[in-house]
Amino acid sequence: MKIHEYQAKALLQRYGVAVPRGVPCFSVEEAVAAGHTLGAGVRVVKAQIHAGGRGKGGGVKVVRTDDELETAARQILGMQLVTHQTGPHGQTVHRLLVEEGADIRQELYVGMVVDRNTQQVALMASAAGGMDIEEVAASHPEQIHTAQVDPGVGLRPEQAETLARQIGVPESLVGQARDLMLGLYRAFDDTDASLAEINPMAVTGDGKVLALDAKFNFDANALYRHEDIQAWRDLDEEDPNEIEASRFGLSYISLEGNIGCLVNGAGLAMATMDIVKLYGGNPANFLDVGGGATTEKVTEAFKLMLSNPGLKAILVNIFGGIMKCDVIAEGVVAAARQVRLAVPLVVRLEGTNVELGKQILADSGLPILSAVNMADAAAQVVAAARG
Amino acid sequence: MSILIDKNTRVLTQGITGKTGLFHTRLCRDYAFGTECFVAGVTPGKGGQSVEEVPIYNTVAEAREQTGANASVIYVPPPYAAAAIDEAVAAGIELVICITEGIPVRDMIRTRYRMRGSKSRLIGPNCPGVITPGQIKIGIMPGHIHQPGPIGVVSRSGTLTYEAVGQLRELGLGQSTCVGIGGDPVNGMKHLEVMQMFNDDPATEAVIMVGEIGGSDEEICARWIKEHMRKPVIGFIAGVTAPPGKRMGHAGAIISGGQGTAQEKLAIMEECGIKITRNPAEMGSTLKSVL
Repeated sequence: MKIHEYQAKALLQRYGVAVPRGVPCFSVEEAVAAGHTLGAGVRVVKAQIHAGGRGKGGGVKVVRTDDELETAARQILGMQLVTHQTGPHGQTVHRLLVEEGADIRQELYVGMVVDRNTQQVALMASAAGGMDIEEVAASHPEQIHTAQVDPGVGLRPEQAETLARQIGVPESLVGQARDLMLGLYRAFDDTDASLAEINPMAVTGDGKVLALDAKFNFDANALYRHEDIQAWRDLDEEDPNEIEASRFGLSYISLEGNIGCLVNGAGLAMATMDIVKLYGGNPANFLDVGGGATTEKVTEAFKLMLSNPGLKAILVNIFGGIMKCDVIAEGVVAAARQVRLAVPLVVRLEGTNVELGKQILADSGLPILSAVNMADAAAQVVAAARG
Repeated sequence: MSILIDKNTRVLTQGITGKTGLFHTRLCRDYAFGTECFVAGVTPGKGGQSVEEVPIYNTVAEAREQTGANASVIYVPPPYAAAAIDEAVAAGIELVICITEGIPVRDMIRTRYRMRGSKSRLIGPNCPGVITPGQIKIGIMPGHIHQPGPIGVVSRSGTLTYEAVGQLRELGLGQSTCVGIGGDPVNGMKHLEVMQMFNDDPATEAVIMVGEIGGSDEEICARWIKEHMRKPVIGFIAGVTAPPGKRMGHAGAIISGGQGTAQEKLAIMEECGIKITRNPAEMGSTLKSVL
């Protein structure tokens, strides 16, 4: 789960991390009032969406007067902000963060991730702050410094100090940078975060180390023990289909193509998308129905896929395993009837009672195309989608 | 021969009185030597009872002491599953197989930390388990699609493993052992450690390695294969079409920071002498072509 910048900053503040004074705003009026509260001088109006690259897309404006602030708020609020992370359609801006400006001398980067190779948390820091860190990692990997966090002791102060010096924090401010990193680590660990970034971490003219921007992602499997974090979920930022899917225990991701894929198991679901592509088609979605492909789940899955007006065909690929194919076939037939399926449906079943399952599909009177294996299924559904 | 488990393995089920634990323990006992292999269940507070002739104990240590169990399979719900692994490890269980999906990563980081220096091996979590066909099945995979033979299978996914096994069956190729290592970012055995065991197993003649996007386990394993593997390996990676930044079902299946793409993994595997296929329908036939 992701949260907004202003929420991430509020979280960091609880852990003693310094952030600019700022006010989240939901309307132009609120933004103007916030501007007055912050007082005269340079202020920043920032679009709050769950994607990076907002500045380049026109979602961040530095203003010097109240008039400029109001104009910026009007421009940004409600705009369709397109960044490299939003996709071509962009994301509508519903919230703003109005902040006081900072006299920035240095823009640095600090971030925390779970390092899969060492199976512990890693703190990364770079002097190349304010930029897309993924680009830095690709083009100048030597500019990224890393400290591994021992799960038994947590981040040690001297590790943070070393990193601060490596990225060029002035000696007089190393203590502040260290405390910021320790706060970041404690926030990350306490909240079951999966990613936390402060980019940029700024060194200011008045000798402060501040989190100028902040990003947090959380482990979905741990949200049950963090009600306060869950309360920050913003459904406006999520794909409505993906929200609907999660209500039924389905794992669903929209893609650009026109062939719906309904599969049990995440690995097989990805492999099914891959084979559709390999045979010249374009998958419309990733959809894992999980272990139990019940009538209810299959019906909901069909509804989700059919909400895409460009959908041309559906491929159901179920490796029954312990589930019996006749039960799955009955579920597919009932679901197809219930949604009055009008696009071609290719079904590939494997597992126990597979012959019985195929018989049920054939006897249903529905125009279901039965496939003998994955390759046959892909070939049939790609042909069907071409009409 | 086989790796990890055989008919002499003695298994206890943690969470045996839950719906899933009971259902799958029943199916595992019905498979091959399962009745002799599955010797105990553990559910705190239900010690002294039994289900289907399997005695239940309050703790893993007690179950191990009373029955000689040397392997454990865990079906405990996610909030308590990491603690269940800890308990099995503390009791000196040699092989711990955790089926549970949805364990918080932070819990697994701590569990892996506690396992340092321990001789216990962990498979999973979020995995289908391990099967040595014709002898023993520990986990949720369908037993009937497997048959004994010379092919080792190691995979991060469940049903995609079944798909590979199903294709082998069509070609008359049986399996020495099939290992589902699971789809979580922080877990137990990786492709590499399983591959090393297959290399040392006289009954395994060739290996299918199934991976997916995210992380770099497959790359690490591929580099080891290039230097050390004495048997042919074929590979498939799921997720060529997966968009970056989107978690594809498994917690570990996400392309982040431009790393962990299927194309990148396939390229490195190919460089390391692994015959790869980009077609998931051709895992079996690709394996057959290297025998």
